[in-house]
Amino acid sequence: MTGAPPKVTLDLARDSGLTAEEYERITSRLGREPTYAELGLFAALWSEHCAYKHSRVYLSRLPTEGARVLQGPGENAGAIDIGDGWAVVFKIESHNHPSFIEPFQGAATGVGGILRDVFTMGARPIALLDSLRFGDLDDPKTRRLVEGVVSGISWYGNCFGCPTVGGEVAFAPEYAGNPLVNVMCVGLVRADQIVLARAEGVGNPVFYVGNKTGRDGIHGATMASATFDDSAAERRPTVQVGDPFTEKLLLEACLEAMKTGAVVGIQDMGAAGLACCTSEMPARAGTGMDVELSRVPQREVGMTPYEILLSESQERMLLVAARGREDEVRRIFAKWELDAVEIGRVTAGGTLTARLSGEVVAHVPLSLLAEAPKYTKPTAPPGWLTEPLALDPLTLPEPPDYGEALLALCGSPNIASKEWVFRQYDQQVGINTLVLPGSDAAVLRVKGAPRALAVSTDGNGRHVFLDPRRGAAMAVCEAARNVSCSGATPVGVTDCMNFGSPERPEILWQFAQAIDGIAEACRALEIPVVGGNVSFYNETNGQAILPTPVIGVVGILEDAGRRATQWFKGAGHRVALLGPDHTSLGGSEYLWRAHRRLGGRLAPLELELERKVQAAVRAAVSAGLVTAAHDCSEGGLAVALAEGCVTGRELVGLEAALDASGRGDQVLFGEGPSRVMVSVEPARVREFEALMAESAIPWRWIGTTGGDRLVLRLGTKTIVDVALDRIERAWRSGFERHMA
Amino acid sequence: MRFGVVVFPGTWSDCDFHYVISEVLHQPVKYVWHRERDLADLDCVVLPGGFSYGDYLRAGAVAGRSPVVEALRDFIARGGYVLGSCNGFQILCEAGLLPGALMRNECLQYRCQSTHLVVDNVETVFSRGLRPGRVLTMPISHGEGKYHADAEALRTLKAGNQIVFRYAEADGRVTRAANPNGSLENIAGIVNPEGTVLGLMPHPERAAETAMGSADGLLLFQSLLGSLVEDGSFLKR
Repeated sequence: MTGAPPKVTLDLARDSGLTAEEYERITSRLGREPTYAELGLFAALWSEHCAYKHSRVYLSRLPTEGARVLQGPGENAGAIDIGDGWAVVFKIESHNHPSFIEPFQGAATGVGGILRDVFTMGARPIALLDSLRFGDLDDPKTRRLVEGVVSGISWYGNCFGCPTVGGEVAFAPEYAGNPLVNVMCVGLVRADQIVLARAEGVGNPVFYVGNKTGRDGIHGATMASATFDDSAAERRPTVQVGDPFTEKLLLEACLEAMKTGAVVGIQDMGAAGLACCTSEMPARAGTGMDVELSRVPQREVGMTPYEILLSESQERMLLVAARGREDEVRRIFAKWELDAVEIGRVTAGGTLTARLSGEVVAHVPLSLLAEAPKYTKPTAPPGWLTEPLALDPLTLPEPPDYGEALLALCGSPNIASKEWVFRQYDQQVGINTLVLPGSDAAVLRVKGAPRALAVSTDGNGRHVFLDPRRGAAMAVCEAARNVSCSGATPVGVTDCMNFGSPERPEILWQFAQAIDGIAEACRALEIPVVGGNVSFYNETNGQAILPTPVIGVVGILEDAGRRATQWFKGAGHRVALLGPDHTSLGGSEYLWRAHRRLGGRLAPLELELERKVQAAVRAAVSAGLVTAAHDCSEGGLAVALAEGCVTGRELVGLEAALDASGRGDQVLFGEGPSRVMVSVEPARVREFEALMAESAIPWRWIGTTGGDRLVLRLGTKTIVDVALDRIERAWRSGFERHMA
Repeated sequence: MRFGVVVFPGTWSDCDFHYVISEVLHQPVKYVWHRERDLADLDCVVLPGGFSYGDYLRAGAVAGRSPVVEALRDFIARGGYVLGSCNGFQILCEAGLLPGALMRNECLQYRCQSTHLVVDNVETVFSRGLRPGRVLTMPISHGEGKYHADAEALRTLKAGNQIVFRYAEADGRVTRAANPNGSLENIAGIVNPEGTVLGLMPHPERAAETAMGSADGLLLFQSLLGSLVEDGSFLKR
């Protein structure tokens, strides 16, 4: 150790991100000033990123229980029973701040972190999904960020060997100063072999396994708990550097070690690194831990206890083994050429003791360290909503040419093909991917079982901005609807809540409303939330992002062979629209593309109807009655139909007559929940009609596939008549042309 | 036929090959750790895809000098069959068991997509039974798959009829547009002069079941197994 550690004062505590009240609470409970290393522990573990200080009171409103739930929030990831002895383990996490500072490594280590969260549970990762938000694509800086983030994800996921099967990419100016990188990972494990992050068993040895510790990423957790200003680039050293090869070795070694039964508990050293693991693992088990920091494998010389505890070097785990089985663990990690060093023991004291060469550098009660203060800060509806909500989109002029308006929407970067992104990701390793990226949900088989899993992520920041409660509920509905369109029954939710600073009452109001919306929708659809992540402080120079809850939904497809995709399969199929006619141009992609306006009110959401529509779609798919099923989302019904025509292997035309009661732009491009378009072969029409009658939902036939044009009528008036190759060109080039 | 699937640190197509060989083809198969040198009980060794040793030096460079690959020389000399896909092809070239090299894709990005392959040579154990000019559909997934060989090596490849697969359009035409990575003459897969060692960038194991979108990859294995029936001499070891 070089030099004496700095003297701990209130000023130093404030610089570390603690408030005066928090510091006072620490000193009074300890009965002394904390040591420098202890201050580091509190600053990290009491940061918003680790402690959810501002969000915990709201998160408790989410429904987290269900008959299939094996593990809810509070562990590395959630777990759901999918039958035949299998469990699906999944979670979504953000890596927004690091990705803005250093897009490639920020995004790459985001992938690395969520993979570890899943395989620490004993599950083998089988799929990744990325939910990305950037500023306007016309800004060259955005293109640089997109390239960096996508290549970072590609590099890490591909080298590690987990397929990227879905996600979304969207653009809005509000994300320019704060792009969002949310990564969801899905893994499979035998239900009776789930491993938890608990330091059980006094006397059990504590192993440090994986990569060596360096000075990278120190203060990552506190960095993610503050807003940015123009000096963001100076924080590049707080971003970690990833090594997907080592992560792959760590995966194999961990799963092999777990199989022996010698592993009692294990946790990823993610945010706040060793500090977090050595306090959370014993805190969960009601034990304590005593560790010797000089034994931690290090790749830099002269690291202080503070640095060793708070380093966020990647690809590391803390593993508690069963006493007497140390050699089994060592042997397996040696086979994979990884460090596995015993650094301490589980103790009975309820305290964390960290030593450096025997000398105690931190000695704190876990009841204090692991119990950060909970805040209920003031909330207030934002004044900034009055003007946008007063906008009536129908006072704006209709487009002069509906065909051109549709082409412009299909070519909007938010709707256009994301093949440029997905072709950089391995989508198939593991040979489970039955439906590749490009349909409503990705579908993955479960080898050795008849069933498959369907997964989707969704979240529309514009909708949530205008109405956080309904917008967030609609995000849950849409992600679930995507899964239902594949034929699968949604069984679990993971949520990533991306918001501005919770210290602003308006932002906290958005957050609280969004949580209520998610809770309502999850209750109505009977899908528990089994894990997630809150990312606050997504603002730069006082400009917050659009409030963006990203919802990941996992569903079970009982028969892997009975599934649907979004594109039409041939000519002569009847096309139906299931669900209500209500839509709105408020917050729609059309309103932004055509008029550059973000305003208006959202369409109504009836959760009971939503539930029934999804059930009807699932019933139709599982009975083999539909040849395509596609959710109507951004761009409305017209875009959903156009996507049915051009996103499959072959172009399939369509002639359809739409509800003539509204204005053209609202009927074609209006957005609203609970709407699904399906296609049905002529021979199955009677059966389909009978099924719809039973389901008691509003629905109607709107057209028939065939030809090489998309023709849309309002009543008898043709308002769109466009050749499919033009639509396809617009859709294929709309995003990619910006990246050339 | 007894298969061995080699596992290097960083290999990830090992499980996929193992699954296809055991569950789809119902053939005996085992994993072979990269430190092993004894391949005596195997008829065909598979070098799967992945990032062996992280591919940090050059794709396949370190694996090309590993104990198991050293043992392959003797295995091949004794008539054993080797199938290297993706990283396996890179390793075979790095080890000098196949000519040429695989360089960074011309687009400078990773590419994962479906490709069409036209079959040029039906006189290898991996392609016999196929019709010349037949088009197979198989995905690729790599960042370094641009095949390169110098002029003389290319002449030798052609003279020896060593080019087995080339990237093509769905109708079999070999075009620049069908070349996903800038490979010399659209080369996707080649064999050694004896036709017993095949290296290809596409993933036959990902196209071995109709549920996965194509079963064309299975034809390579069926060809290999079929050859065994016609020519029992292969089992003489």
